[in-house]
Amino acid sequence: MSTQERSRKKPLTRAMRSDGEPLGIKEYEMSGGYEGLGKALRDMSPHDVIEEVTASNLRGRGGAGFPTGMKWSAVPPDDGSAPHRYVISNSDEMEPGAFKDRILMEGNPHQLVEGLIIAGYATQSDRGYIFLRWAYGRSAQRLKRAIEEAYGAGYLGHNILNSGYSLDIYLHISAGRYICGEETALLNSIEGKRAIPRGRPPFPQVCGLWGRPAVVNNAETLSNVPHIIRNGADWYRALSLSADGGTKMYAVSGKVKNPGAWELPMGITMRELLYDHAGGIKEGLKLKGIIPGGASTDFLLEEHLDTAMDYDSVQKAGSRLGTGTMIILDDKTCPVGMVHNLERFFSRESCGWCTPCREGLPWVEKMLRAIENGQGHHEDIEILEEHTRLLRPGNTFCVHAPGAMEPLQSALKFFRADFEQHIEEGRCPYK
Amino acid sequence: MTTASIHIDGNAYSVTAGQSLLRACLSLGFNVPYFCWHPALESVGACRQCAVKLYRDEKDTRGRIAMSCMTPVTDGMIVSIEDPDVRKFRARNIEWLMLNHPHDCPVCDEGGECHLQDMTVMTGHTYRRTRFRKRTYRNQDLGPFVNHEMNRCIQCYRCVRFYRDYAHGRDLDVFGIHDSVYFGRHEDGVLQNIFAGNLVEICPTGVFTDKTGKRHFVRKWDLQTAPSVCVHCGLGCNIIPGERGGELRRIRNRFNGSVNGYFLCDRGRYGYEFVNSPSRVRQPLRRDGRGEHHKPLRSEEARALFADILSRKGRVVGVGSPRASLEANFALRALVGPEHFFAGMADTELALIQRQIDIMKIGPVPAIPLGKVATCDAVLVLGEDVTNTAPILALNILQACRNAPMARADALHIPRWEDRAAREAAQQVKGPFFLITAHDTWLDESAELVFKGTPDDIARLGFVVAHFLDEDCPSVAGMDGDRTDIARTIARSLGQARDPLIISGPGTGSGYVIDAAANIAWALRKNNRNARLSFTVPECNSLGLAFMASQAVDSALAAVERGAADTLVILENDLFRRTDKDRIIACLNACKHVVLLDHLMHGTASLADLVLPVGTFAETTGTLVSSEGRAQRFFQVYAPQGDIRPSWQWMRDAMTVRGTLRGASWRYLDDIIAAIAGEFPELQPVIDSAPPGAFRIKGLKVPRETHRVSGRTSIHADTTVHEPKPPDDPDSPFAFSMEGYGGKPPSSLIPRFWAPRWNSVQALNKFQSEVGSDLVGGDPGCMVIEPNTGEEPVYRQSIPEVLAPSGSLVPVPLYHIFGSEELSMFSSSVAGRAPCPYVALNPRDASRLGLSNGDEVEIAGRWRGPVVLRAGLPEGIVGVPSGLPGTGAGITGGRVDVTKVTS
Ligand SMILES: Cc1cc2nc3c(=O)[nH]c(=O)nc-3n(C[C@H](O)[C@H](O)[C@H](O)COP(=O)(O)O)c2cc1C
Ligand code: SF4
Ligand code: SF4
Ligand code: SF4
Ligand code: FES
Repeated sequence: MSTQERSRKKPLTRAMRSDGEPLGIKEYEMSGGYEGLGKALRDMSPHDVIEEVTASNLRGRGGAGFPTGMKWSAVPPDDGSAPHRYVISNSDEMEPGAFKDRILMEGNPHQLVEGLIIAGYATQSDRGYIFLRWAYGRSAQRLKRAIEEAYGAGYLGHNILNSGYSLDIYLHISAGRYICGEETALLNSIEGKRAIPRGRPPFPQVCGLWGRPAVVNNAETLSNVPHIIRNGADWYRALSLSADGGTKMYAVSGKVKNPGAWELPMGITMRELLYDHAGGIKEGLKLKGIIPGGASTDFLLEEHLDTAMDYDSVQKAGSRLGTGTMIILDDKTCPVGMVHNLERFFSRESCGWCTPCREGLPWVEKMLRAIENGQGHHEDIEILEEHTRLLRPGNTFCVHAPGAMEPLQSALKFFRADFEQHIEEGRCPYK
Repeated sequence: MTTASIHIDGNAYSVTAGQSLLRACLSLGFNVPYFCWHPALESVGACRQCAVKLYRDEKDTRGRIAMSCMTPVTDGMIVSIEDPDVRKFRARNIEWLMLNHPHDCPVCDEGGECHLQDMTVMTGHTYRRTRFRKRTYRNQDLGPFVNHEMNRCIQCYRCVRFYRDYAHGRDLDVFGIHDSVYFGRHEDGVLQNIFAGNLVEICPTGVFTDKTGKRHFVRKWDLQTAPSVCVHCGLGCNIIPGERGGELRRIRNRFNGSVNGYFLCDRGRYGYEFVNSPSRVRQPLRRDGRGEHHKPLRSEEARALFADILSRKGRVVGVGSPRASLEANFALRALVGPEHFFAGMADTELALIQRQIDIMKIGPVPAIPLGKVATCDAVLVLGEDVTNTAPILALNILQACRNAPMARADALHIPRWEDRAAREAAQQVKGPFFLITAHDTWLDESAELVFKGTPDDIARLGFVVAHFLDEDCPSVAGMDGDRTDIARTIARSLGQARDPLIISGPGTGSGYVIDAAANIAWALRKNNRNARLSFTVPECNSLGLAFMASQAVDSALAAVERGAADTLVILENDLFRRTDKDRIIACLNACKHVVLLDHLMHGTASLADLVLPVGTFAETTGTLVSSEGRAQRFFQVYAPQGDIRPSWQWMRDAMTVRGTLRGASWRYLDDIIAAIAGEFPELQPVIDSAPPGAFRIKGLKVPRETHRVSGRTSIHADTTVHEPKPPDDPDSPFAFSMEGYGGKPPSSLIPRFWAPRWNSVQALNKFQSEVGSDLVGGDPGCMVIEPNTGEEPVYRQSIPEVLAPSGSLVPVPLYHIFGSEELSMFSSSVAGRAPCPYVALNPRDASRLGLSNGDEVEIAGRWRGPVVLRAGLPEGIVGVPSGLPGTGAGITGGRVDVTKVTS
């Protein structure tokens, strides 16, 4: 494979600079940037764009893997009854272990802007938002600059590239809560309301922002779009090793030799990711567990290492691809402590709307803390297990709490002896 | 509405499709626990307490847990409430809610009528499994009405949904996140919304409780209660007063689907303390000569003296009362003779109210029941400051404003009961609500269009609207383009509405305003049979009294001035609120005898020769006619101590002594009611407004005390070790006892809402034919005005002229929910929220007159106060607060000069 060929296989990151600086608009254009937009506006109807994205098998990178084309096609045709339709980049990335969106936004902000414009065109939206995590200061600067440059170059604003299509994009800096990343809480947050998830239906595509249609996509999802339009759905599908199209930003954190993030074909195995890219576990440590897709996914074990990192395969193995950002548990790190750490996060980030999550997660957190501190009771395990059964989708208002239960339920299954040992010995055996 | 057949735990039921499953289950009588749902606030799915199991089909044995409040009823649906998994989930949900709950029920004012207690017991959760510390919050001082104890909060979000979404309050919100969300104000301070007191009933726990009740707290089960009617404005909201030990302890809402629904205003909830006021007249008082102090006298002496005064060869006139019952007024009328009976209000006010009655009688546009206002889809308010004169009407208008925008939700197939989603969809649109008033009001920001002007301006604009709706209505000369456009917009919008409502009232003092409202309603009616009218009235029985009298206070005084009368019998009235002070003093001095029957010491009382102590609404039974023409019976809650008696009994006894008068034969209240019906055929329905005193169920009376009232045999143990015989009450179907019929009485006789397993106010569900709709057996009350729907009305033709510009100002009364009403101002909590007298001016007028904020000014030689600049008052108007204690009658009509007082 030639370098050029290989780099064509990394559409998201290949053009990025090695010095950590972002691509300016000229560099981005030289790498083919905004060609996709030009093509869409010139040669394609909004419907064509949606068809192309549907054919690409692009699945949402926000965690749930929802097919993007399908999401867009649920936006009803504009009946002109009221002004405004919206496209939104979910750039709130706050899942513990996830930092993939940041890499894309810092390194190639125009790619996201272009993706958002194309999504806007496809859904005939006139307003776009980038909903950005508060802590991502560098991304904010770079996105702001990119938006200004795009306006300057006629890619944004009124009558884009003389196509008759117009779009304005606003950068919205979130106040900084994990739940703001849940797409309906995100919408409430933009409206100036409390960031509480909404029930569905109605879906945001129908009644999203201020009662008008809105499409929310993850920043990585949108970053793929320019490439799909420019190179076609067939090309995009071919990048992948699995049925899901394209490449994926994978990441590995934990006590590995070379933690980081890489753009790789969708569907590489966990083993490849862990050993070929992250360099394997640090010397003297052994692999004990893998959280494959960010903090709200179930632990897997060494035996699952040959699972392909695509949505369906990871699910089959008993977890979720989630954000594709893996966290490694080694044999010298206390699993109770690790799960406690995660649950402390989830408990703190509950929006406070529904009872099981608002009250259940803090209880879970307190029990885990007690166990970790050597003050656990045997009944605690039972109560913890009960929570993993009761905090189910449908029982809670949104999937925040069920997500929080995923690492706990698998930890109780795979590392139960550790929990029991803590309680029996009245101390953390790892300390 | 389509019907759906659903299966619940194996049995088939037929219910309305599309409603929420929770509502359907509750209406069927199932005990599904809930917290965040409320019949008036609908579903949001927050608390997760209402979980049930749903099954895909008969073969599905596992089912899935779903929230019944968020699930629409569909045909063929299979549901289980009793499935063990879901029962366990509900119990665990309570366990979560209880993790941080202080369990301070014994010292919690909600205890014994707490929805959280009820639901906890219902789910079977019993023992704590957690050993961790509870969170604690700091509580806030929220003002005189509502107490705050945040630790008891279960985060159901009802309070903020009521306060913000339903009642458009701003200063209560939810703060924080995760397990430390906080419901309160951004800082300590008085809750500003005039419906804040409803938090007491909306909150399912003891976070928000009645602060006035705290000073004399009694548990629900120890309260003696009877159905009653609010006396603090003309709307006639239904209430449940509660008493123990001779003290009125609190007011709670009494649901009436046709009237007040679930809510009261804060005047109605907190005005009650006038009953316990130190200003109460508790024994007969007389003074021997003018200028002397009052001296108490015994009841028998008083009775004899009263009869004696009446028997002297005097010329007696009687002044009735718009805040006394029909029966009391009728007794006075019988006592003095119809031609000597005068309505206890200004003659101009009587004329306005009778004008309203005429319009309602002529038809063909009927008055809307208060409880149906929320179903209207376009509202025009002409002149009246309903927020302050008819508060619950204002609250219902806010709900009506949502109907037109809801079309957005309907189009998206969002059920209206899915509250957050429906509000989300409809949020950008304001409903067609038009507000034409003399000054800025609280409702302004909810209106699509507001116009401010003098009462004449208001009337003229109204006439133009009517003309746009029907060419046959008189046209208005000399309207400028802007106003014509406003009128056209309003006319178009009202004309397109399905259920348009026109609201007006006597508040501006202008009959033209009322006529204009009538023309609009009649013009609408030509094309739309659903058009409705609503007229407010100032007091709780203004309308009833207006049926009985053709003259009022000014005429009564004129009779004294002419020498045609020398004895005044005044019923439950402070004349100083009615007309000019000097004139009243002169007339009272000119009379040989002035007798007052009232319960409070006020200006008139201090000048009366004989004051007879009478019962308040809580101590008597009677009938009031509300502004919509609904006759409603209020029942005595407790037997007053000492010499306090119903007004009608004092008068009946005086008639008995004299023997010749017709009232001499009245033994029971029902005798008077029969006499009223005989004399006024239109008031015939008064008989049916509630069952008669002889009414029994299975031979039993309805008990005013609860089945578990405590201390019955010991409460008087300091004075007697025998249980005293409860007082008799021949005038109502109620007994002063815990004994009597234990089941559910007819809707007009419900003394409290209480049902097995449902000790809180939510027990109401069990009294409704369907949850949220009318009471079983129909909502209480009978309409006394049946509009003649056949007749073509004759449009009112007389339109006010435009006055030539002048330096003088048009006076308009400014009403204050806390301040303008007489009785509630004897309640310290309400009085504390009333303004001091002031004079409101537009800043431009003020600067033209060389006045600035705080300058002491005088109006028409009789009104004084400091200037308050108010930009929301149009130029050319001077606003004078109405009814503040000690300020006398308001100033309306004509023009006045405002002059600076230089002391
Ligand atoms: C608690 C919670 C937090 C979430 N946070 C994020 C986030 O930070 N970024 C994101 O893209 N999606 C997040 N999601 C997923 C979004 O709800 C949504 O599915 C996603 O933005 C859709 O984009 P996609 O279709 O492109 O994947 C979160 C979901 C939940 C339940
Ligand atoms: S599960 Fe409930 S409390 Fe938790 S984040 Fe979702 S809506 Fe909020
Ligand atoms: S204060 Fe009361 S009404 Fe408000 S959330 Fe708490 S429990 Fe519910
Ligand atoms: S609106 Fe009127 S009748 Fe109703 S509670 Fe308030 S004062 Fe009483
Ligand atoms: S009542 Fe259904 S979730 Fe609260």
